[in-house]
Amino acid sequence: MAFGAAARGAKSAKTTYEVVALDDLTLEVRAGEIFGLLGPNGAGKSTTVGILTTRVKPTHGHAWVGDFNVWERRVDVKRLIGVVPQRPNLDFALTAREVLTFHGAYFGLPSAERQRRADALLDRFKLRDRANQLLHGFSGGMMQRLSIARAMMHDPAVLFLDEPSAGLDPQTRLLLAEIVREYNEAGKTILLTTHNMEEADALCHRVAIVDHGKLIAVGTPLELKRSIPGGFLVRLHFSAAPASLVESLGALPGVTEARTSSDGQVDLYADRGGALIPAIVSAATAAGVTIHDVHISEPSLENLFLRHTGRSLRE
Amino acid sequence: MNFKTFFAMLSRDAHVARRNFGPLLAQTLLQPMMFVFIFGRVMVTSGYMPPQYKSLLLPGIIAISMVISGAWAVAMPLISEFQFTKEIEDRLLAPMEMDWLAVEKVVAGMIQALVAGLVVIPIAWLVMGSGVVLSSDHIVLFIVLALLVSLLASVIGLTLGCSVGPQHIGLMFSLALAPMIFFGCTYYPWQALQKFPVLKRMVLINPLVYASEGFRSALVPEFPHLPLNWLLVGLGLFNVVFFSLGIRQFRKKALT
Repeated sequence: MAFGAAARGAKSAKTTYEVVALDDLTLEVRAGEIFGLLGPNGAGKSTTVGILTTRVKPTHGHAWVGDFNVWERRVDVKRLIGVVPQRPNLDFALTAREVLTFHGAYFGLPSAERQRRADALLDRFKLRDRANQLLHGFSGGMMQRLSIARAMMHDPAVLFLDEPSAGLDPQTRLLLAEIVREYNEAGKTILLTTHNMEEADALCHRVAIVDHGKLIAVGTPLELKRSIPGGFLVRLHFSAAPASLVESLGALPGVTEARTSSDGQVDLYADRGGALIPAIVSAATAAGVTIHDVHISEPSLENLFLRHTGRSLRE
Repeated sequence: MNFKTFFAMLSRDAHVARRNFGPLLAQTLLQPMMFVFIFGRVMVTSGYMPPQYKSLLLPGIIAISMVISGAWAVAMPLISEFQFTKEIEDRLLAPMEMDWLAVEKVVAGMIQALVAGLVVIPIAWLVMGSGVVLSSDHIVLFIVLALLVSLLASVIGLTLGCSVGPQHIGLMFSLALAPMIFFGCTYYPWQALQKFPVLKRMVLINPLVYASEGFRSALVPEFPHLPLNWLLVGLGLFNVVFFSLGIRQFRKKALT
């Protein structure tokens, strides 16, 4: 097999203290794609990254990076991957430039090459003017940029970015997106985790939605959004939601599905949004209930997540 | 085994140690030096201690300085890097088997312990003034012992650094290192415990005893000291025990 499956977490389940972080999660990332793992906090995204990057030992299952079984061929795997952790773990005893040059040295790069690459990355990540300073005075955004630069220092074939844009200002977020695309265009595979669906939507070729360690859906952002019945989600909150009301709402033109999610709450999946309101008001009046709240959202990965789990990604 | 990675990490540690050389020395050597001044200079000059005490004290001071600075140099960065800043992750992701990173830390600690030993001899000599008489007849034995003691310091550091949480650093000093120093036959020879038979046996579980008695046997053989085979067996055994313990704890910390 050439670089067919870049990162393949096959049935990797991790059990710690009886908490199953990943439960029969199987996914395949193709070489040369930007793959997003989307899910709320605690969904098992970081555990997946940990297993694929040799840092977490799975209790069952297998993980592959390229041709290598991750747990059995850790050193070979480590040569192929670059990792940007969720929390910056930069070497505080070193200056920004030294963080890069020593990292290069760990990967056996010759001295001149280390300097050349460090200069290029410091420029690219706009860190040149702070290159020779220790990291103590660095802002969160600067540390995140340096973390990503460090992960790219040895030019890995697969780049793992765990929540790369958390806590970044919009400008740095744009710079990051640009750099990720550029790196991908150079033929590299990128796996990023996020709980931000806009980011996944904008950046990723394919997205896997995970929750409670289980794979909920996988596909291109477009495919995933198309798979939501109707596309639009109208969330309604009534004083009460009798079955007759839910039934009549489900029968409205354009509505593909009506579901009661909690007390008085009804979710409508429909091919239209605002146009449904008059009909909804009539149905509510006929049922003798009052409407407390109406929320219309356009087709999005957020809606897909909500449909599969009954919860919002942000919850 | 990837030598390039190993030496790159060693040069990283050397680079950082060079940058922090002054504070590091002050942290580990100031206390023994004050002890040398008070007991080796003030007490002897004022007549409360016999002049020979200077020569008896120096090997113990070398042992303390080496063990404390080596253990400190390995333990402190490990405590913060594993549990606080997680900055060791970058080196765990370098293309080298994980255990070699622990070995690298041990080698770096050995070098620092040896440097501390080399620095402390002339300083203590100067602080105590005239009257220190050291033998140079057993120089090979001294070198062998210095290597074993520096390894001991390092593996103790590895064990502590991978077992103690950042909130317990103070406790580590008062519960582990301070008793080790005071019951380590550093300021007195083991023979001096003659009238405390229980204590005399108990201190033998203290690895520092073998370090200070060892240096005594090499530098001031005219004073009583443990026999050579006890010394070598003791140092060897503690090195093996602490290395195995340390590497086990290291693996536990390194993987989640």
